[in-house]
Amino acid sequence: MSIPAHVYCHEAIEELSSYLDGELTEQRRQAIEHHLHRCPPCEQIASFEVELRRVIADRCQTSVPQDLAARIRAALDGEAGAAR
Amino acid sequence: MADLANFERDAMAYMDQLYRAALRLTSNAADAEDLVQETYLRAYRGFAGFTEGTNLRAWLFKILNNTFINTYRTAQRRPKIADVDEVDDLYLYHRLGAPTSASAEEAVLNRLPDTVVTEALDDLPEQFRIPVVLADVEGFSYAEIAEITAVPIGTVMSRLHRGRKALKKALYEHALAEGVFAEVEPTGGAR
Repeated sequence: MSIPAHVYCHEAIEELSSYLDGELTEQRRQAIEHHLHRCPPCEQIASFEVELRRVIADRCQTSVPQDLAARIRAALDGEAGAAR
Repeated sequence: MADLANFERDAMAYMDQLYRAALRLTSNAADAEDLVQETYLRAYRGFAGFTEGTNLRAWLFKILNNTFINTYRTAQRRPKIADVDEVDDLYLYHRLGAPTSASAEEAVLNRLPDTVVTEALDDLPEQFRIPVVLADVEGFSYAEIAEITAVPIGTVMSRLHRGRKALKKALYEHALAEGVFAEVEPTGGAR
């Protein structure tokens, strides 16, 4: 197994979003991960970003209005009926 | 016309996700419902052109986005993002005092109410809000967002980057305005 490329803190921070988005190449992902495991300040920032994303996604959860599915099915039925 | 039963079986499973995104696009429950209904009607009309086995979820979101752009979007608000270039990636982290443990950051971020997050998102100009919602709320990849919004992947990455910075700034400002956080002296760089 090859040793991951050396990563400076500023590189880890610049690439953090792509890393968390799962958009880096496998080689680069390993290099950033290796850095984060060995650099507590950067790891703390990564952990903050992960938590922030969780909170943003969580706060956007919403319940769908109860009658929306029925309303859509009725509109689709009307559309299908008109096409027959 | 596509078989209605097949369409409903496959497409209706995404209604919750489409409604959640529609709510962030329109910032309004009534418009979000209309947008989702119109999305399903257009998707049904075009379902014969959908290739089975490809990404139905992204295809539906593309129709949602197009319908929103063509029908529901209001006059473009004056972009407030111009000053985001001065915001660094760690803007919020430093403004919140660079929490030094997982429990400290969880405690501070968990104080963010729904309204602060949704209003901060709604503040973003559309061209930034749409990719941020697709990535951070709906979990789409850069390639999928490029397909949904019909822009090159490099543009998606740039809009996501700037949109996320603007969101952090807006989150902090809304949270301060609502008294969720007391203003703290930003910490220095953590490197």
